[in-house]
Amino acid sequence: MLEDIITASVFASTIRLATPYIFASLGEMFSQRSGVLNLGVDGVMLLGAFFGFYVVYITESLILGVIAALIIGALMGLATAFISVTLKAEQGISGIGIYLFGLGMSELLYKELVGTPRTVAGFPSVDLPILSDLPWLGEIFFQHNLLVYLAFALVPISYFILNYTTIGLQIRAVGQHPDAADAMGVSVTRIRYLTVTLGGTLSGLAGAALSIALLKVFQQNMTAGRGFIAVALVYFGGWRPYGVLGGAILFSFVNALQLQADVIGFELFGWQIPAEFSNLLPALITIIVLVFASKRKEKPTALTKPFERGE
Amino acid sequence: MSNLATKRDVEPVLQMRGMVKAFPGVKAIDQVDFDLHNGEVHALLGENGAGKSTLMKVLYGMYSPDAGEILLDGQATKINSPSEAIAQGIGMIHQHFMLVPSLTVVENVALGMKSSRGYRLDLDDVAAKLEQLSHDYNLSVNVHAPIWQLAVGEQQRVEILRALYKGAAILILDEPTAVLTPGEVDDLFRVLRQMTAEGHGCIFISHKLHEVLAISQRITVLRDGRLVDTIETEGATRAQLAEMMVGRPVLQNYQFPPLNAGTPRLTLRGVNALNEREEPGLIDVSLEVHSGEIVGIAGVSGNGQRELAQVIAGLRPATSGTLEMEGTAIERLNPAEIKDLGLSYIPEERMEDGVITEFSVAENYMLRDYDSTKFSRNGVFLRFDAVDQACSEAIRDYEIKTPASSTKVKSLSGGNIQKLVLARELDRNPRVLLAAQPIRGVDIGATEYIHQRLLDEREKGTAILLISEDLDEIQLLSDRILVMYEGRIVGEMKREEVVLQQLGAWMAGATEEDPAPAFA
Ligand SMILES: Nc1ncnc2c1ncn2[C@@H]1O[C@H](COP(=O)(O)OP(=O)(O)OP(=O)(O)O)[C@@H](O)[C@H]1O
Ligand SMILES: [Mg+2]
Repeated sequence: MLEDIITASVFASTIRLATPYIFASLGEMFSQRSGVLNLGVDGVMLLGAFFGFYVVYITESLILGVIAALIIGALMGLATAFISVTLKAEQGISGIGIYLFGLGMSELLYKELVGTPRTVAGFPSVDLPILSDLPWLGEIFFQHNLLVYLAFALVPISYFILNYTTIGLQIRAVGQHPDAADAMGVSVTRIRYLTVTLGGTLSGLAGAALSIALLKVFQQNMTAGRGFIAVALVYFGGWRPYGVLGGAILFSFVNALQLQADVIGFELFGWQIPAEFSNLLPALITIIVLVFASKRKEKPTALTKPFERGE
Repeated sequence: MSNLATKRDVEPVLQMRGMVKAFPGVKAIDQVDFDLHNGEVHALLGENGAGKSTLMKVLYGMYSPDAGEILLDGQATKINSPSEAIAQGIGMIHQHFMLVPSLTVVENVALGMKSSRGYRLDLDDVAAKLEQLSHDYNLSVNVHAPIWQLAVGEQQRVEILRALYKGAAILILDEPTAVLTPGEVDDLFRVLRQMTAEGHGCIFISHKLHEVLAISQRITVLRDGRLVDTIETEGATRAQLAEMMVGRPVLQNYQFPPLNAGTPRLTLRGVNALNEREEPGLIDVSLEVHSGEIVGIAGVSGNGQRELAQVIAGLRPATSGTLEMEGTAIERLNPAEIKDLGLSYIPEERMEDGVITEFSVAENYMLRDYDSTKFSRNGVFLRFDAVDQACSEAIRDYEIKTPASSTKVKSLSGGNIQKLVLARELDRNPRVLLAAQPIRGVDIGATEYIHQRLLDEREKGTAILLISEDLDEIQLLSDRILVMYEGRIVGEMKREEVVLQQLGAWMAGATEEDPAPAFA
């Protein structure tokens, strides 16, 4: 039974399904490291998914689709930054507003502009030379589309940015002690605009990864809460890029098992587990993980706190 | 460094003219003039809330002034943000340190600086230069340690090094000595003298008049946001400065009636406790405080005083030993129960443990007794009229400078927050009073008032445990002095028998049996 489920193809789809999580969580990680909690990720992902899909559908150009998703993501990021940094709105609530906006807007646009379910060609897989021929590993790691490779490459890049660049140092300082950063001449506002916009951009890309690389269709609410899990993954990963990667893979593994179980049925100790139950699994894991992950050293102490220079 | 010295000229490097800055309900500074020469330490004096920090924050670009002009090297200039201040050679060491605890020393220094490698951090270069600087100024720090691991004195050295690193020609020090031990103050003064000899100008804020007289060349006094005068330090006396600050002569000669001790009110026997790092912080501490008696705990801070206070207040568990208040065992009680037995506690970390900064003055004032009949009906419905009235009286009696009792505590000056905590704790007629560093950061007018209040409490029969690093204060007020060193009580002396050298030796680690520090 178990060997029917744990196959190379499950691992391969684990890697594939991790892509949207990685993009969205890395973006959210940057924004949280600077002290801004953005709960609107899911909504921005939906908009990115729709615009990416729609532009590819119209122009048949994948590049233009990706660019469209990046642009809408960046715009939503800027809007979020304006609300939570400039207007200093309560971050939890305004994030829900952004989410609902993205949910409703993507649905409306889809109905108005597309209407009936359509598919697009989407990103083809690119087999990496030599590596893809490796037994097992080749199928799991090296026969994916470009966005998958990009997502995994972003992990070490994010690590480098955070720990080895001046901007990364400023991000960490602004999230931990904005007053000190300000006193040292770092513009708290500028840094937060930057990270929140980056977060939006990557969320948009995460949406596109779903609609034009993974599923090659757009459906209403197609993220199914992945954006919220992405936020949880940041906590899970302890605000560190590799931690986030680990979390993304864990969750996408669960997703991959679900898909597999939907196909062949899932049986444990002679019990047929209902598919509805396996759909609950990510939510359960999220809650359990968050209970244990609440106190971490890297947690930005200024998270959700708007900055004011004592005036 | 040395080319600064050659630039010393008659014209002040810094001139501030007619500075005004108002906050809602209060003119923090009003038409203040201030100047600074190269190579001088110019001290800024004034009571709590006089506007010292505000004036300096305007200079450092943190507040934009409502009126007035700033001239640097004779050129009118605008300083709109700290980064502009830094760029113009101004450094500031804040009353509350501005270091990111989770970052290392080098990272804190590199923060906000241009890197020699463009977008990549050049931490090794920064570390090397920092080590050179720390060698030049004889300021030892471990540049790779994260800030949270450093003691306050070390953190201040980091702040100074950082300002020097950033090329500060003018260094502002806002109450730098409030958190330092006497030895550390000497080190700081040595560094300041070296800096001024090289041509830096320093602005020095302190409430301790003897420090101001020792280190400065000129002194400017502010009162209620206005300039009183700027005078030469040479020839100035403490009494004269005190009078300029307060606006009336400050006597500071208290009546100290003979000891009239009653029954024991607070008894500790063989108490052990862990500190923040889970190491032994209190070791076998036994002491007794009687009704009508002030027992002073002397010692360099960080030798268990904080743990002692927290254990008594019920904020930290004792791992063994017994604690009693008037015969009732308190080691298993929570802070609220101990409070109800009649303990008042003036904590050392008043910003963290003493007040809720987002609450108003009145709300903080009733915080301890919100459920008593004094402030509520049946312990449920708050009696705002009673709260307001009691709070207004406290504001008047303790001279707390605040626009209204509804003002948020976070906008009060440091010393006024201390007065508020004190008013709250004393006005509830405690059986036992635990006062940790009660005058840290408090001006002389208020110091006089606070000391008088402590002596009044003594007369009323309250048992008082006074924890202070300030030997003058301990000597002035204590019937008995205990000295703490590395978590133990190493010596005890009666008021009549005080020998300063002996106290000093105990503070440095000598034990009662063994008068000289042991070198094993
Ligand atoms: N950010 C602020 N908002 C509102 N009022 C403020 C603010 N900062 C200072 N004040 C008020 O301005 C006055 C001057 O405060 P300031 O901090 O400059 O005093 P200070 O001389 O530094 O006192 P201390 O010796 O207690 O530190 C006080 O009445 C204070 O309550
Ligand atoms: Mg001040």
